[in-house]
Amino acid sequence: MANIQFKKLSKTYDNVKVIKSVDLEIRSGEFMVFVGPSGCGKSTLLRLISGLEEITSGDMYIDEQRVNNVIPSKRGISMVFQSYALYPHMNVYDNMAFGLKLAKSSKEEIEQAVLNAAKMLQLDELLDRLPKQLSGGQRQRVAIGRAIVRKPKVFLFDEPLSNLDAALRVQTRLEIAKLHHDMKNVTMVYVTHDQVEAMTLADRICVLRDGRIEQVGTPAELYESPASLFVAGFIGSPQMNFINGDIAAQYQCHTLGARPEHIEVVAEEDALWSGTVIHTEDLGSDNHLFVEIGAKQPVVVRCNGKLNTDIGTRVHLAPMASQLHFFDENELPIRQS
Amino acid sequence: MDLPTIVKRTALYFAVAVVVVIAVFPFYYAIITSFKTGTQLFEVNYFPTSFNLENYQSVLGGRHFIRNIGNSIFISFVTVVAALFLAITASYALARVKFKGRGLLLMTILGISMFPQIAVLAGLFELVRFLGIYNTPWAMILSYTIFTLPFTVWVLTTFMRGLPIEIEEAAIVDGATPWIIITKVFMPLMWPALVTTGLLAFIGAWNEFLFALTFTVSETTRTVPVAIALISGMSQHETPWGAIMAASVIVTVPLVLLVFVFQRKIVSGLTAGGVKG
Amino acid sequence: MLASSELSLQQQRARSAFWFLAPMLIMLFCVAAWPLLRSIYFSFTDTSLTDLYGGQWVGFDNYLSYRELSSGRILWRGTLADPAWWNAVWNTVRFAFVSVSIEAILGVLVALLLNAEFKGRSIVRAAILIPWAIPTIVSAKMWAWMLNDQFGIINDLFLTLGLIDHKVAWTANIDTAMISVLVVDIWKTTPFMALLCLAGLQMVPKDIYEAAKVDGVHPIKVFFKITLPLIRPTLMVAIIFRMLDALRIFDLVYVLTPNSKATKTMSVISRENLIEFDKFAYGSAQSSLLFAIIAIFVALYIWLGKLDLNGEKN
Repeated sequence: MANIQFKKLSKTYDNVKVIKSVDLEIRSGEFMVFVGPSGCGKSTLLRLISGLEEITSGDMYIDEQRVNNVIPSKRGISMVFQSYALYPHMNVYDNMAFGLKLAKSSKEEIEQAVLNAAKMLQLDELLDRLPKQLSGGQRQRVAIGRAIVRKPKVFLFDEPLSNLDAALRVQTRLEIAKLHHDMKNVTMVYVTHDQVEAMTLADRICVLRDGRIEQVGTPAELYESPASLFVAGFIGSPQMNFINGDIAAQYQCHTLGARPEHIEVVAEEDALWSGTVIHTEDLGSDNHLFVEIGAKQPVVVRCNGKLNTDIGTRVHLAPMASQLHFFDENELPIRQS
Repeated sequence: MDLPTIVKRTALYFAVAVVVVIAVFPFYYAIITSFKTGTQLFEVNYFPTSFNLENYQSVLGGRHFIRNIGNSIFISFVTVVAALFLAITASYALARVKFKGRGLLLMTILGISMFPQIAVLAGLFELVRFLGIYNTPWAMILSYTIFTLPFTVWVLTTFMRGLPIEIEEAAIVDGATPWIIITKVFMPLMWPALVTTGLLAFIGAWNEFLFALTFTVSETTRTVPVAIALISGMSQHETPWGAIMAASVIVTVPLVLLVFVFQRKIVSGLTAGGVKG
Repeated sequence: MLASSELSLQQQRARSAFWFLAPMLIMLFCVAAWPLLRSIYFSFTDTSLTDLYGGQWVGFDNYLSYRELSSGRILWRGTLADPAWWNAVWNTVRFAFVSVSIEAILGVLVALLLNAEFKGRSIVRAAILIPWAIPTIVSAKMWAWMLNDQFGIINDLFLTLGLIDHKVAWTANIDTAMISVLVVDIWKTTPFMALLCLAGLQMVPKDIYEAAKVDGVHPIKVFFKITLPLIRPTLMVAIIFRMLDALRIFDLVYVLTPNSKATKTMSVISRENLIEFDKFAYGSAQSSLLFAIIAIFVALYIWLGKLDLNGEKN
């Protein structure tokens, strides 16, 4: 069991502030995902937890113990790297056992731990293979196995799925979710730029932008009440429609936000907006219509099932009033009372 | 193939043949000569005419040539092992640990590898005398460090920079100290680089002349290049060319074999030291 | 002082780095820095080979000093007033400049040749490494034999081809001694140049050539407009490397053309004074001058090469 606290945490590289006074608490046993565009500081934040990077100012606590100067191996953490970072000259068994050997665990203990982890990840058959003899997915499992064996209090993932192909990515995502389920006592921190991964895996998501936290919350909170225009745009796919100008003015806001799934195609008399379809995307399960309604950008509408709408058709739209989002000039939400 | 292509191919193969003949001919001619004795030596032949091992017998049997070869092997071997031993840890620090003055240090090391050996000759002579190792192999082992050590440090540093950082970080998280990282994680990955640098340093030490000439006086302590340079006959006109060529062939054949076996490694080592900078 | 368990990761690593570097630095200090400083010190004394610790400080006398004779004539002494030294400087510079220029041109040509596709390319590549691998002394002896005035194959070949009408003492003759040294050096080091250039050539992406071919650019133009600019950085580094090597040349000259005024280089004359003529301090002054010249070239190299010393660009 371990909770992690950041207090005014900052990190500077060559006079560039990449983490700007971050305060955050990651609860014990929670699956926390850091998400944001590249360069937002999410990986740096993870590396600060791991101890691979030095904290410039502020404090970090793991289980109420200040760990600013504690070396990585003494922090009770394990880390899964983007490139797997397996030791190329060691077989699967030795890769997993290396940390315990260095910690001077007994032979039996090591064997027990490695075999358990191998079983859990279906690596039993592969124990004497070298990394180069494994597929990408197997390598990823070995990397996870190596992390499990150390019995960490905190499990760190640095974009672990980005080197896998799409099918394997979904499968491994599932395995990580299962891992979290099986290891309830272990706090997990996961970095990704992919909001789908974030939404599917996280207990809570921390959205980062330019070294600052934009919002922390459960996936549902982030989806339903984004704390800024940035979060609103980042979470959800296809992206939320942002409408400015006259239409927004009708709602007394600077920017009106409407998710594609919250706009319906309706009969002309019920319509608030009308326009022509300029592009369609048929995903099989859904249809995305791009409708020109006189705003700066075409509005994207997500419709279920087959629709067979031709380009150039005039359609009538109505947003679901309760699901609209309103933002002011500072990109902050306006709470409607 | 059309005509211009055939002409082009022929020209290409002709040019290649010329380059190869020029590169190989002196060695080939040395071999031919080494099999000639007596007055045969004074006839110019482009192709082998005799096969007489007398020169080899006289070189290997007489004087101290075998002893000289032994000296060269011992000196080169110890020099290379010592240089690699010192260079591995140093190049890890230079490649992977950030500290102030690292750039300056690397620049200095590169500078030392380009030192004119003569500039330190007087000071080294004094040092060698002071340590009492004049006219012993240790004088060469000590002095050869001046070019083998910077070279190995430079090439190994270049190589270590190329090793993936995440592997090292994984080892750090696993609790490995820098020493463990070097010995247990990097060393096994570095064998190709160690072989290459070791080989190049070995060839460098094997071929060295200035220090070996200056720090030895007796025939028994000479290295091979010095021995060959100082083989002489009764007078200017009696240079024993047959014996010199036989000795030359003896010390060159192992090198030529190494070149053929390790061609790729040698080229990669040369370019790592020279190009990547 | 903090206990090691309280040191942060970076502090621990910095500390290990220090211990990892220390043995190498001590060693380099002993074999390079200290002897260099001692050599420079000797150059300001009148130390002799037989009495290394008995030297007196004489200031710049080994470099340059003058004495006014009673007749009013000024007599200059010291290395800088020594015609033999300036002859050696001129020989060295001439040798370095000519050999490196020719090696660079031949190196590029051989590299282009080896970059072409033909059967047995790797064997050819190994074959041209042979001159590089042969010890300098051995190649000097091999060539000395080939260039022999009486029985040398070169004289025989040239007579047969009608290039000369009488046998030439290539290495002994004042006019041809330098040519002999140049030929052997070029033979021996062009492979090094060629291989470096080849490495540079192989880094040039193939589609550039294909694009040029599609555009119908003449091959010679392709070479000067595309290939040469792309391998220029590599070539520059190789040239400066070779230049530094050529400036300190010793063994080839010493063995191929012993005691020839026409080829005696700075290294040869320095060693001669240091060891053979027992003008230890005078030789030290000459070697220190050579060091100064090479130091300037090294500075130039680092500046020209704009080396990525911290490895931070990638």
